[in-house]
Amino acid sequence: MDEPVIAMRGVTAELGARPVLRGIDLTVRRGEVVALLGANGSGKSTAIRAIIGRVPASDGTIELFGTPRRGFRDWARVGYVPQRTTAAGGVPATVSEIVSSGRLSRTRFGLFRRADREAVRRALELVGMADRAGDPVNALSGGQHQRVLIARALVAEPELLIMDEPMAGVDLASQEVLASTLREQVARGTTVLLVLHELGPLEPLIDRAVVLRDGCVLHDGPPPKAVGQHALPGHDHVHPHAPAGTEPIRTGLLS
Amino acid sequence: MEFLNYAFMQRALLAAVLVGVTAPAIGIFLVQRRQPLMGDGIGHVAMTGVGLGFLLNASPVWMATAVSVLGSVLMELIRWYGRTRGDIALAMLFYGGMAGGVMFVNLAPGGSNANLTSYLFGSLSTVSPSDVNAITVLAAFVVLVTLGLRRQLFAVSQDEEFARVTGLPVRALNLLTAVTAAVTVTVAMRVVGLILVSALMVVPVAAAQQLTRSFAATFAIAVALGVTVSISGTITSFYQDVPPGATIVLLTIAAFVALTAAAAPLARRRARAAAAARPAGEPAECSIPAGRAAGDGLGV
Repeated sequence: MDEPVIAMRGVTAELGARPVLRGIDLTVRRGEVVALLGANGSGKSTAIRAIIGRVPASDGTIELFGTPRRGFRDWARVGYVPQRTTAAGGVPATVSEIVSSGRLSRTRFGLFRRADREAVRRALELVGMADRAGDPVNALSGGQHQRVLIARALVAEPELLIMDEPMAGVDLASQEVLASTLREQVARGTTVLLVLHELGPLEPLIDRAVVLRDGCVLHDGPPPKAVGQHALPGHDHVHPHAPAGTEPIRTGLLS
Repeated sequence: MEFLNYAFMQRALLAAVLVGVTAPAIGIFLVQRRQPLMGDGIGHVAMTGVGLGFLLNASPVWMATAVSVLGSVLMELIRWYGRTRGDIALAMLFYGGMAGGVMFVNLAPGGSNANLTSYLFGSLSTVSPSDVNAITVLAAFVVLVTLGLRRQLFAVSQDEEFARVTGLPVRALNLLTAVTAAVTVTVAMRVVGLILVSALMVVPVAAAQQLTRSFAATFAIAVALGVTVSISGTITSFYQDVPPGATIVLLTIAAFVALTAAAAPLARRRARAAAAARPAGEPAECSIPAGRAAGDGLGV
């Protein structure tokens, strides 16, 4: 019962000839919220993709719920939110059709019952998109699209939620919805592993941060505190390349 | 309705209906996964099957089915393993398939390219009773797969990476999609012809998309459109003595143009409805607050 939800030991992986993971140890215990941090190219996304089996690990072991990943079949326990890409399918699809596809792991032969339709409605309510159920996904903003992808992961009522950069390119309103959705999931005991570029509004939820650099674990412990000017309350991120006169992004007010 | 008195027309119409249902039904998944030209590739490979049928004196429909299923599996394997050189390998497969067909037909006793023509462009009078049997069995397979597994195929075609994490057998479903597309090509071969098969897989879906917002509605309208143009094209072909494949495809494209023209006012009406539903206080136009200080107190 108390086995870790995710256990990676000495995992290495290459993309082409380039080593991307060079012996990663990562353990996520039940109910923990772990953030995977690091610069671009540090191997965060590759680590997540090794866990779900998208990138083959060349060495080391990966276990999910105590089962070696290769033999793991209980995928309904895992909810996955991939890095949002602009590439939508070539055919229109509604919000509820997309979210329904996340429920397949809970159905037999893809047959939907009333409980499944109910789960889709609930997942959409969780992310505040219930009123958009019949809208085509290509009409949504980036943040709304991200909320749909999270609803798709939550609809199977997973015990483990794996998210790759859930806050990237998400507007402030959606960031707040995502943070509160995540807070509810964590309160229910869901285990979360998420890749983040910066802690941002999710900071209060995070139990532990694992920082990667060049495919190695640099830090594994309490989330690093923002230092210097970044730590000031209400700190404004002013980007010199932003056009003059634009509203400064006040990240500090959110957390 | 005098055309119904002819046995060959009854067969041709039945084949046309089956084509009209199956081609858009599998085509929608090819369009969704952004491989709309896969049907073309399989059509080329199927030519080798037709040629082999002539050479071995076997049924060209069944031989084409066997070869195009093999070819589609090969294409899917190339997609998995041959990441960088995949496109070149696929091109080899297409041209090899076409060249093989021409070669085998000419090697067959008394064979010439004339034998191929009816398979390439479709024909009404050559749909034999045994062809109808084969087409019916194959079409039943296609309908079973595309309707029975529509949720699984939707998930895999929409987001392969996510589908993998829901535990779906992604590779098996990809293979099944390819095989089903191959089977559809041979269903359509007799009436529409191998060269024009792909049009009936793609164009009805593209036309339906002009009106729809959901996958389910796109599927339904594409199939309805496919059946309509197949039947009307076949009947037109009977009365005007023009090739059925070309007639059907031109009708499909005309439907696409008509629906695209009809879609513009529909989109405007939807936009107005959405604007009316929007709560007050959330104006559709930008409003820039007047009197803002220059630079808004920016500081680094």
